[in-house]
Amino acid sequence: MKQRRSLWLMLVPLYVFTLVFVAGPLVYMFILSFETRAETWGVVQEFTLDNYKNIFQPVYLQTFAESFRLAITSTILITLIGYPFGYFMAKLSDAWKKRLMLLLMIPFWTNSLIRLYGWMIVFRANGVLDKLLMALGVIDTPLKLLYTYPAVVVGMVYALLQFMILAVYSSCEKLDRSLIEAARDLGASPAKAFFTVTLKLTMPGLLSGIILTFIPSMGLFFIADILGGNKIVLVGSLIQDQLLKAHNQPFAAALAVVLMLLTTLMISLYKRVTHSSELEGLL
Amino acid sequence: MKRKFRFSSVYLALVLFLIYLPIVLVVVYSFNESKISSVWDGFSLKWYEELFADAALFEALWNSIVLGVASSCAAAVIGTLGAVGFTRVKTRTKGVMEYLSMLPMMTPEIILAMVFMAFFSLLGLPFGMTTLIIAHTAFCVPYIYMLVKARLVGLDPSLAEAARDLGAGEIRVFFDITLPLIAPAIASGMLLSFAMSFDDVIISLFVTGVGVNTLPIKVYTALKTGVTPEINALCTLMLAVTILLVVISGAVGRMRGGAQQTQEGKQ
Repeated sequence: MKQRRSLWLMLVPLYVFTLVFVAGPLVYMFILSFETRAETWGVVQEFTLDNYKNIFQPVYLQTFAESFRLAITSTILITLIGYPFGYFMAKLSDAWKKRLMLLLMIPFWTNSLIRLYGWMIVFRANGVLDKLLMALGVIDTPLKLLYTYPAVVVGMVYALLQFMILAVYSSCEKLDRSLIEAARDLGASPAKAFFTVTLKLTMPGLLSGIILTFIPSMGLFFIADILGGNKIVLVGSLIQDQLLKAHNQPFAAALAVVLMLLTTLMISLYKRVTHSSELEGLL
Repeated sequence: MKRKFRFSSVYLALVLFLIYLPIVLVVVYSFNESKISSVWDGFSLKWYEELFADAALFEALWNSIVLGVASSCAAAVIGTLGAVGFTRVKTRTKGVMEYLSMLPMMTPEIILAMVFMAFFSLLGLPFGMTTLIIAHTAFCVPYIYMLVKARLVGLDPSLAEAARDLGAGEIRVFFDITLPLIAPAIASGMLLSFAMSFDDVIISLFVTGVGVNTLPIKVYTALKTGVTPEINALCTLMLAVTILLVVISGAVGRMRGGAQQTQEGKQ
């Protein structure tokens, strides 16, 4: 009996911390989203659905649409760039795999602001890109890409590409290559073998990569902030503004609940489709 | 076949080049004499001198280190004890608790930031270092938990059983057998946690108090308002810390591999 109690004691920190500081805040967010904003400051405990109705105002729907457009655009680009990278990387020799992994880990662990700042230098008017293209004679006047939509897309792709690469790589690593050979021996063209065998078998990694890039891209407001110069408003920026500038906590909570529901939906869809309990290549 | 191989190498190299390009630019321009990053005026260390004269930045650096160390240690205790405990205790709440404690990893950061801010003001906690540590611990626990759990799966349960048969209590078994075996996983989890905490902008922006700045908050404000090459110098130093961390964690990983090899050798 004493033994069992000391075992339970090990779980106490996890239970207490998770219930108080993870479950607590999330439950509070849910409650908050049904409450009324006070006239001046704070919240009045009065049940209302207005916060959710508010989201359907065209200006906010527009923000959701804009966020989705950006998230989808970046996810597609990340897939197109990241899938071949992970696929080719899995084909390398073990020594090169290790080297490449190290090369991928350094930027992955590097502060994301540092990396964004590097793109600011690239995109700035008369910056590295403008100078290069003008020197090559491609353009006559500076493109001034900083604070435009393409700059934000590049920033998103860049910030999240590693998630896709690692997810696809871990899936391709497990791939039984004799299956592809078998398909080829049986007369399938390389393209057909790829689409019917390789792509199907690496689908868990691909889907996991899509989720791991899509979910954060809805919330990474500081990328749009820094590279888009406040011109592009995402759900993340909207929540931030409602909290820090408009001090409308209930509405921010409602926005967060909707965003959270969307992401939970995506993850459970992933689990349903791939029959797996954990996202591929998360660690 | 040979041509295909070459294409894949070129592709890998090209993508890696693009990944490193912005990082290299930041480092290069930190040695630029000119204040404007589009002009190269020659090599200079003056931005580093200005950086070292900036007391506010050093305070932010100190805050970031304290925050990273405190939250990764707290997360290590909570995550490790939880992961080990769940292997020994059968409880129906395990599934729910696991899901809940992993949630911070699956939730967009902006949502975590908002719920923490709202919840802390509900509790009346003073915003500052305490709230930062709690919030950072919450998103670090999942990483420690998952790494330790993965390590525990690979362990030989008969080692702990043998110790128990020989009369060791649960606490003794934990400290003498389990802990040394999972130490590499805890170490790499803590390094990862430290790196995540050191990198975090979004959550920190929301839960920090007046006058408590972390390094990322400082950099973020500078990038939004106007950058001086001082920030380049700062970024270069932060990059050096990162590379050091990656190398250390690689060494820890090799140690783990080495330990496994000796174990296999014994068998």
